[in-house]
Amino acid sequence: MKKMLVLGAFAAMLASGTAFADTSGKKIAFSNNYAGNSWRQAMLDSYGIVTKKAVEDKVVAAADVFTTADKEVPTQAAQVQNLILQGYDAIVINAASPDALNGAIKQACDAGIVVVSFDGIVTEPCAYRVVVDFKDMGKQEVEQMAKFQPKGGNLLEIRGLAGTSIDDAIHAGILEGVAAHPEFKIVGSVTGDWDQTTAQKAVATILPSLPDIVGIVDQGGDGYGAAQAFAAAGKPRPTIIMGNRQDELKWWKEQKDKDGYQTWSASIAPGVSSLAFWVAQQVLDGRTDIPHDLLVPYLAFTQDDFEAALPKIKEGGVATHEYSQEDAIAAIKANIK
Amino acid sequence: MTAASVESGLRGAAERDKLARARMLRGLLPALSLVLVLLAIAWLNPRAISYFGFSLMLNLAIPIALATIAQMFVIAGNELDLSIGTFVGFVGCVTATWLKDAPLIGVLILLGSIGVYALLGALIHLRNLPSIVVTLGMSFVWQGLAILVLPKPGGKAPDWLLSLMAFKPPLIPFPIIAALLIAAVVHFGLMRTSYGVILRGSGGNAAALERAGWSLLRTKIVLFALAGLFGVLSGMALIGITTSADANIGNGYTLLAIAGVILGGGEFVGGRVSPIGAVLGALTLALAASPLLTFMHIPPDWQVAANGAILIIVLAARVLISRRER
Repeated sequence: MKKMLVLGAFAAMLASGTAFADTSGKKIAFSNNYAGNSWRQAMLDSYGIVTKKAVEDKVVAAADVFTTADKEVPTQAAQVQNLILQGYDAIVINAASPDALNGAIKQACDAGIVVVSFDGIVTEPCAYRVVVDFKDMGKQEVEQMAKFQPKGGNLLEIRGLAGTSIDDAIHAGILEGVAAHPEFKIVGSVTGDWDQTTAQKAVATILPSLPDIVGIVDQGGDGYGAAQAFAAAGKPRPTIIMGNRQDELKWWKEQKDKDGYQTWSASIAPGVSSLAFWVAQQVLDGRTDIPHDLLVPYLAFTQDDFEAALPKIKEGGVATHEYSQEDAIAAIKANIK
Repeated sequence: MTAASVESGLRGAAERDKLARARMLRGLLPALSLVLVLLAIAWLNPRAISYFGFSLMLNLAIPIALATIAQMFVIAGNELDLSIGTFVGFVGCVTATWLKDAPLIGVLILLGSIGVYALLGALIHLRNLPSIVVTLGMSFVWQGLAILVLPKPGGKAPDWLLSLMAFKPPLIPFPIIAALLIAAVVHFGLMRTSYGVILRGSGGNAAALERAGWSLLRTKIVLFALAGLFGVLSGMALIGITTSADANIGNGYTLLAIAGVILGGGEFVGGRVSPIGAVLGALTLALAASPLLTFMHIPPDWQVAANGAILIIVLAARVLISRRER
């Protein structure tokens, strides 16, 4: 064990050592199109914490954040063009549109700038994309459900914002999971828009028409609302998969303290912004073997570790994780295969 | 001739002089504010003042300038168009889908949408409806149609449009040439032709025009059709730059276009507009809102507010100066 630790530290030193030599003069900009919800705020916080340290340690020369005033595509396209003029070496971007920014992204690439997109990704081939494996997350929800409800039964699915790639991917994963576990059957589906209030309303509406439900598979941000809807209708509480929101984990803890309620929680960590930052740094470092599409794991909590995470989440916030340079190197390695 | 009348005559001349000065100042204000913003950018980031820099900073100002001209035609007739932003988005979606895959149908749809604009003008005039209500309603219609045409972001601009917007003429960057061209054409049409005078007159003194035998229905239809035409040009130019469309791509243009007209020396009523001013106003807004802000290194928490503050400061300066005329 000790030997492994030493080896790990040595590897980390080696990694940061090479980075120190090559990227200390590089400037990385973060182009963000929206800052108006708890997830985005947590994303900016994580990014700030990680990049502040990186600048202090002289890993990079600067890591500035630029947020646009509205969610509009042209505003962000103009912003990217300004960042090109500012002479940044890399741009980390959470994009307003997967396609409509491609013109500006291509201009950045042509100017020799490294572009790394995450969460709101861009499809322009010259850019890097840090994507969370949402399909696996959906599949894992059913796998976990099978542990808590070994006898199987009826499931209710809560979908996210219609027409988004994230909703598509999680839904596909859930269907795959149900196909592998024929003891479960999805008897109803509602749209919750990743929002507790919307989810509560939607679940309350469909509830009277449903047979007995043993579990709810969802997309995060909707678990607490579903629990409220069941409580209000006086129906027995099903196993609800959670999505790392503070109110969801708090409710889970209350139920666990009461009668040992069991479930599982997963979502994309807002701190994935810091992972995108390190990917940009690695590309600037001269690595040419990095795939342009990087699949990274989601952040999950189990019965044993969610209580430790709960106090660290801000009231009304989302659980997050700040990625280190080593995390990024490991994630890149896992994607090269 | 008495002493009193000489005195009043003198005072009249002085008044006139003061008024003329204020009017000149008003005419110069759009150009002045543009120069001011450019100086600030040059000071913050000298690298931006170059052929490459102007091409990048100003190319997204072209669709804004075109949308501003569209809004200007509507404002010239004492109306307001709250749907121009979503209309630009709709045109963008058609440009990235139909116009590329089936150019003939694409052209027909775009011509049809200009026709819809002309009909709106007729409807507003005939039923005496407030244009704000009608165009607000239309903004949802255009948005809905845009989502129907392009449910998910995507599509691709026609190749000829891409190469037109990426055109690199020698010496002067393309966006500057385009801005000059737009300003010159519209200025000639609206300020120098006799029908242009009638169009502006329909906003300035409709009753007089009607008594002189001009059809107000026709002027309103022409003004709205021109707004539709420039809205179409704006949407096409925008997609030529972004290469691909999104149903929400133009939503911010409604307010930018109104602010551009006012910043460029226009008034909400009275048919007082200035095409050259409107183009300058649009360029100023585009530069002040984005490059200037980016170059100033404002902390992220304050960027959104700073964007609004710059808009208010620029528009407030314009109001202060035009007040001196009274």
